[in-house]
Amino acid sequence: MTPVREMPGTAGAAWTIARKDLMVELRTRVAFLAAAVFAVLAAAIFFYAWDPTAVSALDLAPGVLWVIFTFSGLLALNRSFGAELTDRAIDALLVAPISREAVFLGKALANLIFVLGVLVVTVPAVVLFYNVSMSWSAVAALAGVVVLAAVGLVSVGTLFSAMAVNTRLAELLLPTIALPFLVPVVTSAAQATVLVMGGRPGSGVWEWIKLLTAFDLVFVAACTLAYPFTIER
Amino acid sequence: MGATSNVGVAGHGAGGAGGGAGAPARDESAPPGRDRAPTSAPRPFGALFWTAVAAVGVTYVRALAFTPVEALQGPAQKIFYLHAPAAFTALYLAFALMAISSVLYLWLRDPKLDRVAACSAEVGLAFTTVVLITGPLWAKPVWGTWWSGDARLTATLFLWLIILGYLVMRQAVEDRELRARYSAVLAILAGLLVPFIHLTVYLFRTLHPQPIVLKPSAPSMPAEMAVTFALAFVAFALLFVALLRARYRLALAAEAREEADGSGGPN
Amino acid sequence: MVEARGLTRRFGNRWALAGIDLSLEAGDCLAVFGPNGAGKTTLLRVLAGLLDPTGGSARVGGIALPGGAATRAQVGLISHHTMLYPALTVRENVEFSARLHGLAAPHAAAAEALARLRVLDRADALVRTLSRGLQQRVSIARAFVHAPRIVLLDEPYTGLDATGAAALTTALAELRGAGAALILVTHHLEEGLAIATRLAVMRDGRFVRAEQREGVDPAAYAAEYRELTAVAG
Repeated sequence: MTPVREMPGTAGAAWTIARKDLMVELRTRVAFLAAAVFAVLAAAIFFYAWDPTAVSALDLAPGVLWVIFTFSGLLALNRSFGAELTDRAIDALLVAPISREAVFLGKALANLIFVLGVLVVTVPAVVLFYNVSMSWSAVAALAGVVVLAAVGLVSVGTLFSAMAVNTRLAELLLPTIALPFLVPVVTSAAQATVLVMGGRPGSGVWEWIKLLTAFDLVFVAACTLAYPFTIER
Repeated sequence: MGATSNVGVAGHGAGGAGGGAGAPARDESAPPGRDRAPTSAPRPFGALFWTAVAAVGVTYVRALAFTPVEALQGPAQKIFYLHAPAAFTALYLAFALMAISSVLYLWLRDPKLDRVAACSAEVGLAFTTVVLITGPLWAKPVWGTWWSGDARLTATLFLWLIILGYLVMRQAVEDRELRARYSAVLAILAGLLVPFIHLTVYLFRTLHPQPIVLKPSAPSMPAEMAVTFALAFVAFALLFVALLRARYRLALAAEAREEADGSGGPN
Repeated sequence: MVEARGLTRRFGNRWALAGIDLSLEAGDCLAVFGPNGAGKTTLLRVLAGLLDPTGGSARVGGIALPGGAATRAQVGLISHHTMLYPALTVRENVEFSARLHGLAAPHAAAAEALARLRVLDRADALVRTLSRGLQQRVSIARAFVHAPRIVLLDEPYTGLDATGAAALTTALAELRGAGAALILVTHHLEEGLAIATRLAVMRDGRFVRAEQREGVDPAAYAAEYRELTAVAG
């Protein structure tokens, strides 16, 4: 009576977990709404704190965009492992015959889709508030930067949120340990955005994109390999 | 710091608890009456520490009185005998040791390695603080501004924040084994982050002087200055080792006391 | 099914397991009693493949510990935490578990497990709308969907009302009938005595008493148990 089964591979298991996370999010929508509302509110507040006669929109918009990205991203990541702890669902994940790397990649994939979803709200909000006009090629370049930056944020953010939920400080700890890691991500993304929005994408943009890509490669690999070490065995 | 009194309490506490009953292999290495055993009563500040302090003292006497004043920067340059070796020690000794012992911890799972990592983080924080204070002190008279957004100083600020985050996390985890694992993971990732921080801040070109001393081509500073610098580096390295050893012994004593308190309860 | 010889596990310098010997056949149900901190949960987590043993040897379903994913594939874990996602439906939760175990037909397997626990009629209800007792039955379906050969139960009766407890006892009897070996950890004697075939009392990481259930008088056992686990002066 043993059912037909095959030990799931890492990619398959990761997708199963990511799908489950997105289903939970689709059902509740609480975290997404919170993050999206935060993003729009922050954009509005930055707008009303802005003196257009002193600073040009193009100087301010990239910074606003990536500050909002950082904090709405952290807001989103905190929920990631918290949801697993409510009824100790994490125990069922860990006792399943799948690799720990699959658990990490699944959570990270769901977080990536979530953060990109928030950015789909944030980027237009900032572009509209600051009346930035961009060519289609600039939009495409900005989209590339957005994806690269989101991968960087999510890789370290997912790992640290897995750790933070098990500490006494819980979600308060995440920004403390994650923010320094976002310095290269946010700086590169913001500098690239300045050049793209200003309509002068040259070799400068490539330098920043190369840095972002290198960061993503190193930290996706490192965080995936590090996650199993955060679990007791 | 109240160091000696702490150690005294630890010694008595451990003696009073006297080997908890039952569990196997528990604290076999605790013979009765170890109060007088010299090795178990650590003195955090020993001869090494005073040697290091003396070396630092000698360095500054030499730097201030027997080394020529730099022509362009004037006496402000003297602060480099403090700034540069502190920066070097923080990054290449304290931070490197923290990352390396963390890698080794995940491999060998020896609590000693976790303790070394934690202690180098704390000592490294002290040295990084020195760098962050002396940097602006030098910049004010020479560049005319306290904080210029200079690349290397900014990188040091982030290093300082990383170490601070590491120490905050250690405070937030009670279970020793869990704390050690989390800390090791964070420290290793921080080790990977440092090159990225440097790359990032270097992409912002700034006006910081390029490292003159370590340039492999012809040395561009007078011999007296070079000797003083060399002396300063050695003195700081020595001070680092001494402080690390002192901090390690204090950590050991604190753990022993914690354990004595823990096992003393139910008995 | 489960064999252990001198199994130990250390946390820091505390021995949570100080030498456990046990041997279980298919259809056996071992009830492990003991006060808090006796090492009962650690025993389950070691046998489940979640924690590596420090010393001794053990085989779970013929696979030597630590067996990683291969060990975990044979184990079903049930505790007083439901390990469910409250925002998902009953069916989604159990299907998720089926997918994590690599079942070829997760939908059918989930339906079968839910039918066996008599909760199929609530399959499309959100878990958070169910009573605690029903949630626990879903949790058993979740742990049983891949037909585990070894079922580990950690205080499963906690928080259950009388109906829920009765349903759990019936479900466990069925698991046993299907050829699974059960280990039930609890500090409530009545629950264990009701379904176990073997009994053990654990204290300070050891079995201080072990016997067959047959021929044991509950009242006498309870008196002796109190004596065994009384806090020494």
